[in-house]
Amino acid sequence: MNASNARSTALMAPALAWLTALMVIPCGLILALGFFRRGIYGGIEYSFTLENFALLLDPLYAGIFLTSARIAGTATLIAVVIGYAAAYAIAAAPRHRQPLLLFLAVLPFWSNYLIRTYAWIVLLNREGLITQFLRMMGYEGEPPSLLYTEGAVIVGLVYNYLPFVILACYAPLSRLNPELAEASRDLGASAFTTFRRVILPMTLHGIAAGAVFVFVLSIGNFITPALLGGGRFQMIGNLIYAQFLTANDWPFGAALSMALIAIMLGLLTLQAMAAEKGAGERREVLDG
Amino acid sequence: MTTLLSIDGVTKRFGRVTAVDRLSLDIRENEFFALLGASGSGKTTLLRMLAGFETPEEGAICLDGADIAHVPPNRRPVNLMFQSYALFPHMTVEGNIAYGLEMERLPRAEIATRVGEIMEITELSQMARRKPDQLSGGQRQRVALARALVKRPRLLLLDEPLGALDKKLRAAMQLELKRLQDEVGITFIVVTHDQEEALVMADRIAILKDGRLLQVGTPHEVYEAPASRYAADFIGVMNFINSAGRTIAIRPERIRLFPDTADRTVEGRVTARAYHGLDLMLHVATGLSPTPLVVRLTAEAADRRPVAQGDTVTLGWNDADTRTFTD
Repeated sequence: MNASNARSTALMAPALAWLTALMVIPCGLILALGFFRRGIYGGIEYSFTLENFALLLDPLYAGIFLTSARIAGTATLIAVVIGYAAAYAIAAAPRHRQPLLLFLAVLPFWSNYLIRTYAWIVLLNREGLITQFLRMMGYEGEPPSLLYTEGAVIVGLVYNYLPFVILACYAPLSRLNPELAEASRDLGASAFTTFRRVILPMTLHGIAAGAVFVFVLSIGNFITPALLGGGRFQMIGNLIYAQFLTANDWPFGAALSMALIAIMLGLLTLQAMAAEKGAGERREVLDG
Repeated sequence: MTTLLSIDGVTKRFGRVTAVDRLSLDIRENEFFALLGASGSGKTTLLRMLAGFETPEEGAICLDGADIAHVPPNRRPVNLMFQSYALFPHMTVEGNIAYGLEMERLPRAEIATRVGEIMEITELSQMARRKPDQLSGGQRQRVALARALVKRPRLLLLDEPLGALDKKLRAAMQLELKRLQDEVGITFIVVTHDQEEALVMADRIAILKDGRLLQVGTPHEVYEAPASRYAADFIGVMNFINSAGRTIAIRPERIRLFPDTADRTVEGRVTARAYHGLDLMLHVATGLSPTPLVVRLTAEAADRRPVAQGDTVTLGWNDADTRTFTD
């Protein structure tokens, strides 16, 4: 081992120790927990079983996975459309104004996630600001049922994770040479064709990065469905929460957690591979 | 020769800055035309108006008799080769060149034939499957040119086409561009700040300053008969002598050393000499101007009567070889 290797090991040691103590060991414990039985009065019986993982395939639980994926998927789609448009507008703004616009986009992150989610309750509940606004405008019918719907959960997820999409899409959009769009127009393409054939393909990796962020964070979320869904829309996060804290079935909760982590890891790996492929192509060019 | 493009009283302002000021200019069919000017002269703005990326506030731009000043860039038979080349990095060389023809919704077979032809002409056939970042600067430049030429535009605009190439390659490409223009028979308008490049390539040159047209003419005309002191100074090397409120300008190659007969003669001391292969440049301090006069001698003339730094020499010239400016 040479000196520079020794130095980089030394520099990495604190981070590695941190990750091992707080990530690897707890995850290993949870994984192990999934292979034990639940005690009759709660607690854990230390005998090996695959039952907890087999139970994941039960239509009841598989259904909750699918519902979670649907809600997270819808939230992702909406966040990508809104976030990409916002990032495009920021990248098109005068250079000196872009830092301010980006700052405004991430400003909500400065307040607590719970508080931001409660704000939506204030807006959406039957006597909330939206209903009051409608009354002011002369509406006299029944107040609309906005809160405790799947829509409310999706709105909450989109709102909370939108800045990730904006940041992920802004990076490639701001690096795009504006002359490329001009060249496309010059060669006879309409504005829409220019977007579809030049701008979109060149910024796709930003969309992919943003989408994976939103999906991964949404599918495991439990606060938003609990508060804005009113417990009526169970997502995996709520189910895991319930297994650990209400049903006292730690082994099954552990199996659910592992399944969720596997889904997230799979997606993040795909994203990393896509990014690596892009980087690999660039390297090949430099070496060639 | 017939007029292809007629620019008539065109004005373009950016806020308080007038980039192009009531400019009129006719460009003929099949011409290799150069717009020459320093940065800020309005040459690039004019080019962008011809391409359709800027709209003039006043005036008309007529191509084949039709005013195209307000036609969007994708609807005019004009193509622009960008200074940065603006090649699509996610498409192959072939894909880049075919893009413009795909926009015309031509049959696939015709696109393939035309792309093949133009890659042959521009010597890119071996690179068809490469991406732009796998090409050298000169190859990229040829892809940008092929991508514009394959559309067979009525008018091809080139923004500093050789600006990104190194000196040797530039010299070769100047002649190459001229050969290509001849071969494809398309009118070229080149924007450049390099007067030497304009002299070598163009059939006619327009000199722009502060958004206005100073002079239009053949390279010979603008070199030998500059219309203003600015034009005289901008093109080539020029000596200026102040005399009774007027400025007399004379090219270095028109000044002779130890002349037998001359309308004017002056004595001076050689302050510097620089050998350039075919010719020798002398700097001669005289009482006529604050800076030394630049004298250009052929190698042959220099050999006949060798001079060294510090020598006193007699210079002479004929009045017919000078230009007089009153500004």
